[in-house]
Amino acid sequence: MSAQTLFDKIWSRHIVARAGGDTEVLYIDRHFIHEVTSPQAFEGLRQRQLPVFRPAQTIATADHNVPTRNQQLPIQEERSRSQIEQLSRNCADFGIELYGLGHPRQGIVHVIGPELGITQPGMTIVCGDSHTSTHGAFGCIAFGIGTSQVEQTLATQCLLQQKPKQMRIRVEGQLQAGVTAKDIILHIISRLSASGGTGHFIEYAGPAIRALSMEARMTICNMSIEMGARGGLIAPDETTFRYLKGRPFAPQGDAFAKAAEEWASLYTDEGAAFDAEYIFQAGEIEPMVTFGTNPGMGIGISQRIPEPEKQSPSFRKALSYMGLQPGQQMKGQAVQYVFIGSCTNARIEDLRSVASFVKGKQKSPGINAMIVPGSRQVEAQAKAEGLDRIFAEAGFDFREPGCSACLGMNEDKVPAGAYCVSTSNRNFEGRQGPGARTILASPLTAAATAIAGCLADVREHYQQN
Amino acid sequence: MQAFKTLHSTAVPLPIEEVDTDQIIPARFLKATTREGFGDNLFRDWRYDEKGQPRAGFVLNNPVYQGKILLAGRNFGCGSSREHAAWALYDYGFRVVVSSFFADIFRANALNNGLLPVQVSEEVLHECFSAVEADPAARFVADLANQRFKIDATGRAVSFDIDPYKKHCLLEGLDDLDYLLSIQNDILRYEQQRAAVAL
Ligand code: SF4
Repeated sequence: MSAQTLFDKIWSRHIVARAGGDTEVLYIDRHFIHEVTSPQAFEGLRQRQLPVFRPAQTIATADHNVPTRNQQLPIQEERSRSQIEQLSRNCADFGIELYGLGHPRQGIVHVIGPELGITQPGMTIVCGDSHTSTHGAFGCIAFGIGTSQVEQTLATQCLLQQKPKQMRIRVEGQLQAGVTAKDIILHIISRLSASGGTGHFIEYAGPAIRALSMEARMTICNMSIEMGARGGLIAPDETTFRYLKGRPFAPQGDAFAKAAEEWASLYTDEGAAFDAEYIFQAGEIEPMVTFGTNPGMGIGISQRIPEPEKQSPSFRKALSYMGLQPGQQMKGQAVQYVFIGSCTNARIEDLRSVASFVKGKQKSPGINAMIVPGSRQVEAQAKAEGLDRIFAEAGFDFREPGCSACLGMNEDKVPAGAYCVSTSNRNFEGRQGPGARTILASPLTAAATAIAGCLADVREHYQQN
Repeated sequence: MQAFKTLHSTAVPLPIEEVDTDQIIPARFLKATTREGFGDNLFRDWRYDEKGQPRAGFVLNNPVYQGKILLAGRNFGCGSSREHAAWALYDYGFRVVVSSFFADIFRANALNNGLLPVQVSEEVLHECFSAVEADPAARFVADLANQRFKIDATGRAVSFDIDPYKKHCLLEGLDDLDYLLSIQNDILRYEQQRAAVAL
């Protein structure tokens, strides 16, 4: 048999039938749903009088539209409350397990799937959310879908798909101290652009990727969609198996050893062909920040905002929205808000790295700094390790889990005109609130910025120490 | 889903690149549990100011530009998977979006809702913008059966790609779910063969 990519191996095992043209019927192993993109899908099922075909393969949580304070109290905003109630009703009516508000397993859908061991190598996974690509870190095919497709998955456990093109991105070498997975992915997107991956699934490979923890790999795969890619994935290895072992939904005992043996066959064969390949050098990557209104508009913290000779209207529009000038340096830029959270960077390692940086320091008085854990389990773990006290002493506001200011659906918004350094994944106009100016960065850069009161180069801290 | 055959219409120009789904429909309007009514908040923050007053400079507030075709810059619909973006465009009255590039999930969502994405070259897109600039009453034709898109003013006609399966669905007004339900026996057979691990 000819050489296959990791992606080919998983894809071909999930084809149920061909629908004509290039369209194939793909079987879906796991389906995550949340309150915002599922109600219309359930409405569709009711209209057609259809049951959920495989309710045990769907897991629900409430994350996008939840408050991050006082989650034990009824939600005040009426439309948000009704959306959450609707999710509970739908899950009860259709027999789906729900980790709703207050449940010890509640959290951002892309944080809880891996942390519970629901996400496993070799699977196909979908969710009505573009950052489903996160789960690819385990060596599975995971991608975001629209609500019509949520309905199709609920009704048939299948989707109609065309096989995407494939790209491989290798990251060679070793990162500098203070440079993280978030910087790797922001660097790649700044080089390939916000549409550089469209139509592709991306396999991340190379020593710098292998060296990353599972949580850091999730950060990389998470942002694949910001290049327009359908998803990203990383071949599973010992790091993956060690992470999964003992998680509630992972195979237990002998079954785990057997599964791990099978998972170990999930890699790209020597000589397998990709439609596009890129190589990056980890050592050249700086802590990254964005200066514009899409994640491709990023630069190293020591760089200046580019001055393209021919500035497109979109480039000008982005800079004018951000209130920034071509040629300007980002380091030293005044900031009013720091948001540490989201499915990109709100796992326990992210919180630990922030805590290790801010311990014994004080946030700058002009900064409003918020930390929103990715899940109830992350929150509990942080408290068990005393991170909550470190955050409080440094003047950070440690909240309850949810998507929060990543998309500003709840009250956690950034006011118009204010700058916010955010560990989330999107710096779109108005994403964090109408008029809000988002600067994407790593948790370490966010922590250093909160202390300094302006955009800071975290490497200086490591040089001093 | 409504069938789509051929559309003759004037067009609304939005010559901005990387229009993401947060612009098409901001997240704070995603609290609804039905599909209707999203058109009112289409491009909300570009269309209205903080007080809810229409912004004079935005194209949807300019009565000179009307029509069921939206002309937009490259990488239209990038960002979030929210199908609400396609619903909002459709609810507002658009039936075709023309761009030089569409984000994958948006394209799929549009096709699942009877909204036809027509991808043309950068050059043809430019010609479309020029035609509307010269005459807001300029008309265009999107003919799905023949996969042809025509700029009436210049007579230029180009072909556009669409997957044969999706084309069939759109012409007949069928959706993916109808098809998937029709092959349920195949799905059961597949499951038996693979003995899928349930949670
Ligand atoms: S944290 Fe942000 S990006 Fe992640 S699922 Fe929630 S809204 Fe989407």
